[in-house]
Amino acid sequence: MDGDIPAPLPTTVDLRAEYESSGVKELLDDLDQEMIGLKPVKQRLRETAALLLVERARKSLGLTHHTPTLHMSFTGNPGTGKTTVALKMAGLLKRLGYVRKGHLVSVTRDDLVGQYIGHTAPKTKEVLKKAMGGVLFIDEAYYLYRPDNERDYGQEAIEILLQIMENNRDDLVVILAGYADRMDKFFESNPGFRSRIAHHIDFPDYQNEELHRIATHMLTEQNYVLTEGAKAAMDDYIALRRSQPHFANARSIRNALDRARLRQANRLFSSASGPLDATALSTIEEQDIRASRVFSGGLDSDRKEDAA
Amino acid sequence: MRITQGCFSFLPDLTDEQISSQVDYCLSKTWAIGIEYTDDPHPRNTYWEMWGNPMFDLVDPKGVMMELEACRKQFGDHYIRFNAFDSTRGFETVTMSFIVNRPKVEPKIRMIRQETDGRSQRYSFETVR
Repeated sequence: MDGDIPAPLPTTVDLRAEYESSGVKELLDDLDQEMIGLKPVKQRLRETAALLLVERARKSLGLTHHTPTLHMSFTGNPGTGKTTVALKMAGLLKRLGYVRKGHLVSVTRDDLVGQYIGHTAPKTKEVLKKAMGGVLFIDEAYYLYRPDNERDYGQEAIEILLQIMENNRDDLVVILAGYADRMDKFFESNPGFRSRIAHHIDFPDYQNEELHRIATHMLTEQNYVLTEGAKAAMDDYIALRRSQPHFANARSIRNALDRARLRQANRLFSSASGPLDATALSTIEEQDIRASRVFSGGLDSDRKEDAA
Repeated sequence: MRITQGCFSFLPDLTDEQISSQVDYCLSKTWAIGIEYTDDPHPRNTYWEMWGNPMFDLVDPKGVMMELEACRKQFGDHYIRFNAFDSTRGFETVTMSFIVNRPKVEPKIRMIRQETDGRSQRYSFETVR
């Protein structure tokens, strides 16, 4: 009994069935629900999923295929969901079988570059060993390359990364992230990177209405409710905050909500005259949001800069 | 003589693929892998030289195989073994240890007799190079 005869290859493949059985549909539907806005990103993810599914189908029919280049670059302002989407991407690649384990290792320049000669290579290699079989997410990737400082060891890290990105495409997917204009400059001075990155995805800033939905979503998750007045105040807050410095999209909203919860807690604490029920503890009133310094022109330090 | 220390030592040499799947098993149990090498296969030589540090936070065997390649490049003619360390409370021990590389010609182990008081014999072993 010869157990080595391979089973005959199938002649047709049902993409819809594959789409559902591999768990990709579930993951993309989750993504649609959990992440608000980001239309171009979701579109690109769907296209990538379709490509990978078809590649997998071709492989199962016995057609030759090379591992597609999956390295990506995410550009966009802070707080637009780059790390979250990278995590989803890792899950997607795992379900389609393009990475073996599908974990995400998130690093910045400091995790890759050493402080003295000979320190960079082992440091980078350690990070790469940890990331093998999954996705390596390099945030603020342009800091790797500092052309003005010749004692900087970022170039070494870049070289090691480039070699791994080319030779270990089966083992590791690298996602670079950062501001759009700085990433452009980075790619210009490192053409090796640009040629190895197949997918460039831009993360647009959220619209005011989307930020409002994100705020509502975050609050609902924590069992909080906004009154009608609070909702209007939130709209005003978002419009004002956007024009003030250091605006970080969803992260700014999260911080604002934390501060609103702080004010609500203080209000309840100081003005409570009897026992409070769950509704009282979960309601955020208008004054909790209006009390923010955003409505009076921003932080004191920022206003002083403007005045000066 | 072909020393038979550790798991799988009575089997023919493991291929890289087999080593990789053993490492995958260890990592799936969250055991850390440490690489050690020596040129002295004496059975009492418990502590071999360490190659780098034990790898505690790896998820995929590729990282371990990369280290093995580097170790083989430098110490290709030594014995190299993988130790899998279980760090759960109550165990904290090496649970699995297997040889992944042997020198082309393995040293012999010779028995030495030593005469002590009366005409008692003490026996010990020695690696012959």
